[in-house]
Amino acid sequence: MRGLTTKKMKVTIDNIPVEVEDGTTILQAARKIGGKVVPPAMCYYSKLKGSGGKCRTCLVKVSQGSAKDPRPMPKLVASCSTPVQDGMVVQNLTSPEVVEARKGIVEFLLLNHPLDCPVCDQAGECDLQDLSFGYGMEETATEDDRREFPMTDIGENIKLHMNRCILCYRCVYAADQLTDKRLHGVLYRGDVSEIGTFIRNAVTNEFSGNMIDVCPVGALTDKTFRFKSRVWFLKPMNAHRECARCAGKTVAWMFGNEIYRVTGRKDQFGEVEEFICNECRFEKKDAGDWVIEGPRHISRQSVISANHYEEMTEPSVIDPIAGKMEKDE
Amino acid sequence: MQNDNIIQHPQFIREGKQVAFAPGTLKKVHELILRYPEGQQKSALLPLLHIAQEELGGHLSVDIMDYVASLLGIQPVEVYEVATFYSMFYLDNMGKYVIEVCRTGPCALAGSEQILAHLRDVLEIKPGETTPDGIFSLREVECLGSCGTAPVMQVNTEYYEKLTPGKVDRLLEDLREYANKNKPGGSTWVEKFC
Amino acid sequence: MGGKILLASIDIPGIREFGVYRASGGYAAVEQALRGMTPAQVGNEVTKSGLRGRGGAGFPTGLKWSFLDRKSDKPRYLVCNADESEPGTFKDRYLMHHLPHLLIEGLIISSYALGVKTCYIYIRGEFKYLVGILETAIREANKNGFLGERILGTDFSLNIYVHPGAGAYICGEETALLESLEGKRGNPRIKPPFPAFKGLYGCPTVVNNVETLATVAPIIRMGGEAYAKIGRGKSTGTKLISACGNINNPGVYEIEMGLPVEDFIYAPEYCGGIANDKYLKAVIPGGSSVPILPADLMLNTARGEKRLMTYESLADGEFATGTMLGSGGFIVFDEDACIVRNTWNLAHFYRHESCGQCSPCREGTGWMERVLYRIEHGAGKMSDIDLLVRVAKNIEGNTICPLGDAAAWPVASAIRHFRREFEYHVKHPEVVKNTSHGALNYEVESMIPDSGTGVNYW
Repeated sequence: MRGLTTKKMKVTIDNIPVEVEDGTTILQAARKIGGKVVPPAMCYYSKLKGSGGKCRTCLVKVSQGSAKDPRPMPKLVASCSTPVQDGMVVQNLTSPEVVEARKGIVEFLLLNHPLDCPVCDQAGECDLQDLSFGYGMEETATEDDRREFPMTDIGENIKLHMNRCILCYRCVYAADQLTDKRLHGVLYRGDVSEIGTFIRNAVTNEFSGNMIDVCPVGALTDKTFRFKSRVWFLKPMNAHRECARCAGKTVAWMFGNEIYRVTGRKDQFGEVEEFICNECRFEKKDAGDWVIEGPRHISRQSVISANHYEEMTEPSVIDPIAGKMEKDE
Repeated sequence: MQNDNIIQHPQFIREGKQVAFAPGTLKKVHELILRYPEGQQKSALLPLLHIAQEELGGHLSVDIMDYVASLLGIQPVEVYEVATFYSMFYLDNMGKYVIEVCRTGPCALAGSEQILAHLRDVLEIKPGETTPDGIFSLREVECLGSCGTAPVMQVNTEYYEKLTPGKVDRLLEDLREYANKNKPGGSTWVEKFC
Repeated sequence: MGGKILLASIDIPGIREFGVYRASGGYAAVEQALRGMTPAQVGNEVTKSGLRGRGGAGFPTGLKWSFLDRKSDKPRYLVCNADESEPGTFKDRYLMHHLPHLLIEGLIISSYALGVKTCYIYIRGEFKYLVGILETAIREANKNGFLGERILGTDFSLNIYVHPGAGAYICGEETALLESLEGKRGNPRIKPPFPAFKGLYGCPTVVNNVETLATVAPIIRMGGEAYAKIGRGKSTGTKLISACGNINNPGVYEIEMGLPVEDFIYAPEYCGGIANDKYLKAVIPGGSSVPILPADLMLNTARGEKRLMTYESLADGEFATGTMLGSGGFIVFDEDACIVRNTWNLAHFYRHESCGQCSPCREGTGWMERVLYRIEHGAGKMSDIDLLVRVAKNIEGNTICPLGDAAAWPVASAIRHFRREFEYHVKHPEVVKNTSHGALNYEVESMIPDSGTGVNYW
């Protein structure tokens, strides 16, 4: 019954109209349209309650508040946490103001982010890398040293590289909402705040591995995979197994018949479809543990798909470099 | 080139020491918790940490924070998050008297920088350090809300205003004397809540 | 002086005690409201009075109260914001110290108007001594039947509790304050939802400043219309101004809105002129977050009119040539004050007080502080000045809460009005590096925090 009474809201984003349910955020409405209209989100994660609003990369301009009250909103708003109104007109890429502001935000995010992509496991699937590609400046305006934290381990399977952290809070929400008790959090404040356990503590509780999947950068990485391979040399394969703890639906990242790492299945917005348990993620590294379904489509603009793994019918060893050269010729 | 932007927060350990409030304090603590609606006892965290810091050794050790967490039925990390956020909570050993000099705008106009320089000279420590005899710790803090009586400093939550180097000298002398006689300075948090 | 409303009884000996306060006409407004008025009528009087938030934003109080979700069946809360930490502001502290019962009286009437049964006073932890004063006042009011169950025999019940903060400027922002009151880190919430709908414990909540709530008592006593006649235009009533800096008489003054700025600075009953017979150089009139103005623009607007102590007159010319009344923290700089050093000092403050939740504020405040530090210490470049303007612009308006704006405005306005002083610092590094400059007679180098970052937690 309730579904029938829900009012539909008409929203226009970058001149494209869309109809959504009452209570939808601007970002979700944009995702319904898809494509370039979707503002980038570094901290918002639709599956983590309370996330969003912090990174400010998804700022958009509301040039008309609603049909009833057509006044524009005075400031740019975070699209991930602003609900739509009927008749709202939103500008994302069509507003130079938004693009300028976003460039500024990316500059802030990169101010203290190390440029260690060549040695970072996240490279190739890093949201900040994508964002910098889209909005970053060629040269840095700062001459200061970057902030540096000592590297820490939080548990045997998760590496914390605080230098790379952009304090999106996603991992904190994940630990809060997915695990039985949260062992890490955001400590201190301002530009010296950090993610940590405060005392030497291992984050090993069930489902804690999902912190790695939700991390938009390379701050939290899978220790069972560290430095094993660049992600674009691997073939992401949909895989599943019978699991008592989770749905067991994962992506097995393979090189030949070997599984290098296991992650959740991410959708086109980089969000995990179903969270997976630690056993599936960290312990099941034998191809025999899994039923391999076939290649996983990576819809994002990514170097991962550059060697066209999807065209191969079954997992087999290929020489990525040879493949690339062939293509270049 | 050396990076002077290295942030090294100290690592803390859980020693497993037994800590507990005195029975009288505990009674007051339970009264404080009742000031907040049922299920919202976490609200009492800040007042409790003030009391704990004051009564259980002058700083918040991991064991003390774990104890407070158990009193409120919350995860220890929720206490660590809060204790590291607020500048009035000390995580490390402090001197008997913590001298906090306001450095912000109006105090700076009135000469707080000279006061701090004087304290550094006299105590022979830098902000963030404690004298070897364990009596004084020196800190620089932001606006204490006493701009009309600047420069100002706070010693263990007591305000000392309109400071001059001479006044500071006299105060230090007094405090040294108190420290030897073991006389506490000011009234406690528990006494403040009536 | 005359015309005092809030501080009218401040000179009565022992006014801090219930008996003396009551004998001088205190709590009469509570009787008047609870016995003779409906909650809506009380709200009406406040609306008619034109009272505006005294914490800094100047939002009409009656309007703010009208937003409170009265349809919700959840309990409602009133939270008194006593987290006074804006540099230059010490009026609430003065008020609570001398007239705690005036605040309690205002809280009772406001709670009655809003249908609130529990009220919290969130006071900054550094004001520990005030916690005792307020608790004593609450206990006295309780004992005399003005708090607790069935106040004055009516159906109205109210409890007031004091809740100390623990050293965080950001907790003066209303949603950060609510988070802190819930025992969490003082991270401001993302709005909407506003506290009027989802505030403390997810319940409808009103957060008001100490001075605002205290003013409700005299408004009921004299009537909203009478109150609105005091002052000028939309700046009704009186305002507490805390004056500090290079003046002869620093202190808290209650002024009628509309007093010329020049009179406030030079009249013997107020600031009493610039200390040591120096000249006025600049003023930050509303707490460190509002734009700084040079002397000529402070005394007269760009249109050549006398600048007055009102929300409108101080904001005349917007940010190009105006500023804001803010919280009433009036910081005066004499001819020798170094604007660059002061700007760096404040940038350091905002860097230290940023909660670190959203990226523009977390990274931007630190960046501005580092660049200002360089300029102030003789290592700046000309391009640094424009860099500062650009960083401030990128922060402004793009953050979760107003702290970003509060950090950006002082920097942007200092450069707008005193660019030559910044350029001087860049051009003459030897002057600013090796000798004391400005009014401060000390060696610059000795004051550099040893970490070099200016961040000093330990």
